[in-house]
Amino acid sequence: MASLKDLRNRIASVKATQKITKAMQMVAAAKLRRAQMAAEAARPYAERMDAILANIANKVAGQPGAPALLGGTGKDDVHMLLVCTAERGLCGAFNSSIARLARDRANALIAAGKTVKIICVGRKGYDILRRIFAKQIVEVIDLRGVRQLGYDNAAEIAQKIVARYEAGEFDVCTLFYSRFKSVISQIPTAQQIIPPQLPETSSEAKAGTNTPVYEYEPSEEEILADLLPRNLATQVFRALLENAASEQGARMSAMDNATRNAGDMIKKQTITYNRTRQAMITKELIEIISGAEAL
Amino acid sequence: MATFKFELVSPAKLLFSGDVEEVIVPGTEGEFTVLAGHTPLVSTLRPGFLRLKNGTDSMNVFVRSGFAEVNETGLIVLAEEAARIEDINPAEFAASITALEEKMSSATDEAKNKMADTIYQLKAIQTQLAGGAASTH
Repeated sequence: MASLKDLRNRIASVKATQKITKAMQMVAAAKLRRAQMAAEAARPYAERMDAILANIANKVAGQPGAPALLGGTGKDDVHMLLVCTAERGLCGAFNSSIARLARDRANALIAAGKTVKIICVGRKGYDILRRIFAKQIVEVIDLRGVRQLGYDNAAEIAQKIVARYEAGEFDVCTLFYSRFKSVISQIPTAQQIIPPQLPETSSEAKAGTNTPVYEYEPSEEEILADLLPRNLATQVFRALLENAASEQGARMSAMDNATRNAGDMIKKQTITYNRTRQAMITKELIEIISGAEAL
Repeated sequence: MATFKFELVSPAKLLFSGDVEEVIVPGTEGEFTVLAGHTPLVSTLRPGFLRLKNGTDSMNVFVRSGFAEVNETGLIVLAEEAARIEDINPAEFAASITALEEKMSSATDEAKNKMADTIYQLKAIQTQLAGGAASTH
């Protein structure tokens, strides 16, 4: 049986841990608010971008001169998985659920005879995936030094992907991230970004009755060549922001749980401590009394 | 004068949304003015000033590449970077030019030409900013 001193030490250490988890929860709550605001502020841009892209793409799609970024390479052999995770742990199942989704997809693709390549954004995803897919991981992008996530970070990642695509390294690119639904619910999501999945146009718009005839300055092809990489960057940016908000949400609920668990543990150990203390007092009393009786 | 709906969005936020009478947009192939009832148009942007007027009010906004779309409802400008002139920090602006110049030295020929253009335009803007000429428009 543990001595009184051991028990006291154990309670003190749990209390210290509880203080840390409590502080982490509050920090996550504050960061979550900021991340959520950033994600919301970025939404209009992405929406307008989608609208413009869909507009132009519907005109150019199907034509022989369509850029490869839009129409794909016509093959489906090499898949690139862009897995976005956090740089830090202690946020519940956040990192592992994204990694699991990516892993399942990769395994399914390999089973179907496709080649899989993986780019990891964020250290945690890499830590999980490298155990199984050490050979498939072609690049790890580290965002640890980034304090405030900006559009530039996303643009840089997008540039790397476009460069690889143009070098013919892959045919299809899928983005993995966690969509922020609420503080307690984050949904790991897979989104195909090359070739982009465009919103379906209504039959009315397809018939050309309602779509206005646009003028293009410069030509459609040139605009599209400029627009597509930018759209990619926007999608990556959106994923990163959603991820940031999800991470903080996941950490907040994980730390809330941890704080509560620590509370339960302290309660249980305090009871054990008191029982042990009382048992010792009783034992000492018995020893004194029986000693006195023996005289 | 008739007004139309104008929205200016950057990846970071929605900068402006409202009715205006006139917007001058720095397109890649030259500046153009958008008034109410403009024909549908899609254009890319070069670094420059977006000037909007509404009655006696006017506002100058610096934009750095992006797109403008005119449709039947109004004008939408998607700018990669946008800031009101008052908010531009000259030191940061200079730093962004230097960063681009450094990038240029390691770029391929085609990208180099493009970047040289951008740097030239940015420098022109920088002198305008320094002289306060832009705000008098």
